[in-house]
Amino acid sequence: MTGRRAGYAGEVLRFTFDGRAYEGYRGDTLAAALLANGVRRVGTSVTLGRPRGVFGAWTEEPNAVVQIERPFPEPMVQATTIPLYEGLVASSVAGRGRLSPEPDPARYDATHAHCDVLVVGAGPAGLSAARAAARTGARVILADDRPSPGGGLPDTAETVDGRPGAEWALAVAAELEALPDVRVLCRTSVIGYYDHNYLVAVERRGEDAVTRERVWRIRARRVVLATGAHERPIAFAGNDLPGVMLASAARAYANRYGVLPGRRAVVFTTGDSAYDAAHDLAEAGVEIVEIADARKGGLVTGVAGGAEDQGVRAVVIGSREVEADLLLVSGGWNPLVNLFSQSGGELRYDETLTTFVPGHSAQAVEVAGAARGVFTLAGCLADGEAAGSGSPLPALPSEETGTRSQDLWVVPSDDYTSHFVDLQRDVTVADLQRATGAGLRSVEHIKRYTTAGTAHDQGKTSGVLTSAVVARLLGVGIAELGTTTFRAPYVPVSFAALAGRDRGALHDPVRVTATHDWHASHGALFENVGQWKRAWYYPRPGEDMEAAVLRECRAVRQATGAMDASTLGKIDVQGPDAAELLDRLYTNMMSTLKVGAIRYGLMCRPDGMVFDDGTVIRLAPDRFLVTTTTGNAAAVLDWMEEWLQTEWPDLRARCTSVTEQWATVAMAGPGSRDVLGGLAPELAVDVESFPFMTWRDTEVAGISARVCRISFSGELAYEINVSWWHGPALWKAILATGAVTPYGTETMHVLRAEKGYPIVGQDTDGTVTPADLGMDWIVSKKKADFIGRRSYARADTARPDRRHLVGLLPEDPEVLVPEGTQLVACDRLPEPPVPMLGYVTSSYRSAALGRTFALALVSGGRDRIGQRLYAPIGDALLPVTVTHHVLYDPEGTRRDG
Amino acid sequence: MLLIPCPWCGPRDEAEFRYGGQAHVAYPGDPGALTDEEWAHYLFFRDNPKGPFEERWNHTSGCRRWFNLTRDTATNEIWPTTSAGARPGTGTVATGGGSR
Amino acid sequence: MADRLSPLAGFEGISDARLRVREIPFLRQTNVRVDPGRLPSSFPVRLPVSPGTWLSSGETDVLWLGPDEWLVIGDVDLPRSEDVAVTDVSAQRTTLLVAGPGARDLLAHGCAIDLHPSVFGPGRCAQTTLARAQVILIAREHDELWVLVRASFARYLAAWITDAAVDY
Repeated sequence: MTGRRAGYAGEVLRFTFDGRAYEGYRGDTLAAALLANGVRRVGTSVTLGRPRGVFGAWTEEPNAVVQIERPFPEPMVQATTIPLYEGLVASSVAGRGRLSPEPDPARYDATHAHCDVLVVGAGPAGLSAARAAARTGARVILADDRPSPGGGLPDTAETVDGRPGAEWALAVAAELEALPDVRVLCRTSVIGYYDHNYLVAVERRGEDAVTRERVWRIRARRVVLATGAHERPIAFAGNDLPGVMLASAARAYANRYGVLPGRRAVVFTTGDSAYDAAHDLAEAGVEIVEIADARKGGLVTGVAGGAEDQGVRAVVIGSREVEADLLLVSGGWNPLVNLFSQSGGELRYDETLTTFVPGHSAQAVEVAGAARGVFTLAGCLADGEAAGSGSPLPALPSEETGTRSQDLWVVPSDDYTSHFVDLQRDVTVADLQRATGAGLRSVEHIKRYTTAGTAHDQGKTSGVLTSAVVARLLGVGIAELGTTTFRAPYVPVSFAALAGRDRGALHDPVRVTATHDWHASHGALFENVGQWKRAWYYPRPGEDMEAAVLRECRAVRQATGAMDASTLGKIDVQGPDAAELLDRLYTNMMSTLKVGAIRYGLMCRPDGMVFDDGTVIRLAPDRFLVTTTTGNAAAVLDWMEEWLQTEWPDLRARCTSVTEQWATVAMAGPGSRDVLGGLAPELAVDVESFPFMTWRDTEVAGISARVCRISFSGELAYEINVSWWHGPALWKAILATGAVTPYGTETMHVLRAEKGYPIVGQDTDGTVTPADLGMDWIVSKKKADFIGRRSYARADTARPDRRHLVGLLPEDPEVLVPEGTQLVACDRLPEPPVPMLGYVTSSYRSAALGRTFALALVSGGRDRIGQRLYAPIGDALLPVTVTHHVLYDPEGTRRDG
Repeated sequence: MLLIPCPWCGPRDEAEFRYGGQAHVAYPGDPGALTDEEWAHYLFFRDNPKGPFEERWNHTSGCRRWFNLTRDTATNEIWPTTSAGARPGTGTVATGGGSR
Repeated sequence: MADRLSPLAGFEGISDARLRVREIPFLRQTNVRVDPGRLPSSFPVRLPVSPGTWLSSGETDVLWLGPDEWLVIGDVDLPRSEDVAVTDVSAQRTTLLVAGPGARDLLAHGCAIDLHPSVFGPGRCAQTTLARAQVILIAREHDELWVLVRASFARYLAAWITDAAVDY
C-alpha cells in the first residue's frame, strides 16, 4: 500500500482524479499526491489495455499520462510533472487525450533573450556552472524544468557544504538572482537546440500567472548542458505492473514528497545507486525485503500481480517468490544527451558506464555532471565549476576508478511477450524479435516498425534499452548500432505556447490605409491583399455583393467613382542614371519619357516572365516615381536594389520606398473632370491643358497634391496623391461633393477586366510573357538589352501553343464561370487524361456588357478567337466562346471623357 | 534559426534576411551572344554541394545590403567571405559586380 | 490646409510606472542616400558613419540606416544633388515612444536583437523587426526608446504592444 510518510505535512490542496476527491499538499506533483492517497493504477496501456502505475518521478514517466479536465482541458500530461493546485480535476487516459472545443482563455507569449552562458539544468552541476560563469561577469541564463532549483538533489538526502541539498540549491539560486545580468528560469524546459547556439525553452508560469506559458528564444555565446541523467529500466517478465518503479523515482517520492510508494520493497539492480535508494526508503519506513543484485547473480524473473488495480503482490527472484508490493528497478543511468545530440554533437558509447555519453561537440557547448556520466555529487560540483568558468573539465572516471555496472538489459526467458521495453507504446522484447526476424537492421526502421520510442515521452526510458536489445538480437555492438535521432521538442509542448501572441487579431499584421476608418464606418467589406485590408465593395441596405458591384461599376462608367488606391507600392528613384536603371529593368523605354509625363511599364524576370507592372512618372530629368502592384511593393524595391548592388554598382541611382508617404485616391468616370475642377480651382483640367498620361502638382481641396491622369478602367480618370496624413481629408472632400460614388477593389477588378488589363498575380502566374498577354507593343525593339530580353529569343517563348490571355463569353450570359475552371475543347469528356487548354483567371458580371464574361489563359488562344470551348463545372460542360481580351470600348474613346 | 553575419549590422537572425542562392553567377555581359543552352545554364543551373558553398544573402529587414558568405550546407557553419566588392576599411564584405 | 491625421490618432497609449507608450506624431523625416565619400562639404547635417548609430546634429537627429543611407529626423531642408538623393518620408513612418524600466523587456517579446543596454545603449539605432513589422529602433536614453514604424503597420504594432504590455 502506498501512502504518506509519517509526520509529513503541508498546505492542503483538494483535487479530483477519475471522479474521486482527494487531498494533497502544496509542492506535490499529481503523481505524488495520487501515491500518497493509495492510488496505484493511474492509467491503462494503449494497445494491450494493461493496468499501469506511476513508474518515474519526473519527465521520464511513460505510464502516468493523464487528461486534465479543469481548469482547462489539456490532453496527455505527465502526472509526474503537474504541480498540484487547488481544484485540479484530472482523469486517466488510455493512449490519447481530448482537446477542448472551446478557445483557450489563457495567455501565451514569447520573448527573446541573449546571454554569454546559458546553463541548462539547475542541479548541482548546473548551479555551480551558473555561479562560476556569473563570477566572471558573464550574462547568464539558468533554465531548469523543475519548480525549484536543485535538480535531482532534493530527491536524495545528500548535503552540500553541510546543508541539505534543497536548501543549498535555493541559496545559490538566490545569490544568482540578485545579480543584474543573471536570469534564473524555473519550470522552464529547454526543448530544442538549433544552429548557431539558438535554443528554445518553454516556461510554464502557472495557472495564476498573467501569461500561462512563455516561449524563450535564446541566443547564447556558450552553452553548458547540465541536464542530468535518467535511470533506465530492465526488461523482465511483468515489468509493467503498478508497483514496479525506477529506484530513483521511489527515492524521490520518499525524500522530496514524503510519499511511500509501497511498504515492502524488493530492489533489482545492476549497480550501486539503488543501494542509496534502498537506504533512504528504509529510513522513510519502507521495509526492504531483498536486493537482487545482477552483479551477484540476482535476477528478477517475474512479478505476481494482485487484484487488478493493486499491482505487484510478489516478486519472483530466480524461482523463489518473495512477497512485496513494490519492486525498485535500476538498470543503470542514461545521461540526458538529447540536447547535445540536437546541437549536432556526436555520441559515444562508454563501456564502463554502459551507456551513450557526449563525444565531439559541433557548437560552443560543454556538457557537465551526470549528463556526461559523472554520477557523484562532488564530481558534478567540480564539473559545473569548470564548465561555468570555461576551464577544462576533469577526466571521466575510468574503468579502474569507476564502479562498473553489470551490463544487463534483458532477463533471459522463454517468453518475452511481457518483457516491456517501451511502456507507453506497449512494445515488448518479443516485438523487437519480430522486427529483427522480419529482416530489419536499422534501429530507425525498427522504431517505426514497432513504434518503440515514438510515444510522447519520446523514448526517455525505452530508447537506449531498445538499442541494446536490438543490438543483442542482431549480434552487433550497441556502439555500432547507435541510437535513434534525438529530436526537438525534448518534452511535449502545447501548440498554444508555440503560437504565443501570434493568434487572433495579431496572427499576422493587418495593414490599413489612412482612410480605413471611413471605409469601415461606411459599411465597406474588406478584401485581404497581402497583409493589406482593402475596401472591397460598399453594399447599401438590401444590396448583396453582386448588386453593389454592378451599381458601383455603373457609377464609374456613367458618372464618377472614387477608390482608395493608397496600397499601391511607390518608389522614388533618383540620380543621374535613374533613367538608365529603369530602361534596364522595364521592357519598354523609360529614358525617353518627358518630365511631366507618365508611362505604363512592365517588368520581367531574366526568364522573360512578367514580374510586375505599374506606372512610371518623371518628376525631373534625374528623378522618377515608380508605382508597383500592391502585393509586390517590397519585392520590386528589393529587385531594384539587387541589380544596383550586385550587377550595376556603377549606376548612380538610388531607390527609396515612399509607399506610405502618399495616400492615393483614384477618381474615375466621365464626371471626374468636373469634380476635380471644382476641388482644384488652380488646375486647368481641360484635355489640352492636362492630357492623358501626364501629371500636375496643385492643391486639391486645399491640400498639396500631385494629380496623375492615368486610368485603370478605360474611363477618364485621375489619381490624386496627397501626404498620408491628409488622406482622410482628401477622401472626405471628394465624397462631400455629392457627385462621387465610393467603389472598392471588386469594381476596380471588373472595370479593368472589361478593358482586358491583366492583374499581375491573378491573370499571370510566373509562366506568362508580355507576348502571352498580347502586349508585344510594350517590349522594346530598340534597347540593346533589358532584363528578360534574351529569353524572348528562346524556342520555348516562341511556341505557338503558349497560353495567351483571351476573353471568354459564356454562351449563357447569366452563367458565371468560376475562376480557376479548366477549359477543354470537347463537348464530352473522354477518358483521362483529358487534354486541358488552359484556365479561367478572372470572371465577372459586367454592367457595361449586360452579361457575364471572363479572362483566361488558353493554349494558342489568339488563334482560337471565335471558337467554342467548354468549361467543366460540376457534371456539366458549359460552352464558352473565345474572344479578344478587350471587351469594352476597344477603340479607347472614353479615355478623355 | 541561423545567425547570419551581416557585414554592416552584425549578426542577426536568419528571419531578417532573404536568401539569394549561389554567389558569383554573373549576368552575362552580352546575353544576345549566348546560345540558348548557355542562356538556360545562366537562368536555371546552380551548384548544390554538400559542404562549403558560397552564397548570397540580403539583409532585407535591416540595411538592405547584399553580401556573400560561405556556408557549409551540411553543418550550417558560416565563414565571412572576402570576394570582389569588399569595401575597404570595413574588414567585411559586400557583394560587388559579377556576383549575381 | 485641411486637417491632418496621424496613423495612431486615437491610440490611448500606456502610462504607468513600469511602462509609457505614446505616439510622437508628425515628425519631419528625410531619407538621404549618398556615397559618404561624395558628400558635399556644405551638406547641412553630419552623417554618422558607424553602422547602427545615430547622432544629434543641431536640431536634427541623424540615423545610420545603411552604408549609403541615413534618416534625418527634424526640421531641416536638405539639398538634392547629383550625388545626394533626398526624399521626404515624413508620413512614411510614425514614431512610438516606449519608455520606462519595462521598455526593453517589453520590446524583447517581439524583437530578436540584443537590447541589453551594454549592447544597445543610448546612441544606438537598428533596423530590425518588432513582432511581425519592420521597424527602426532608436535608443534615446537608457529607459527610453523610439520605434519608427510604417504608417500602415502602426495600428497593428500598437495593438501588439498593448497586448504585450499586460505583463508589465
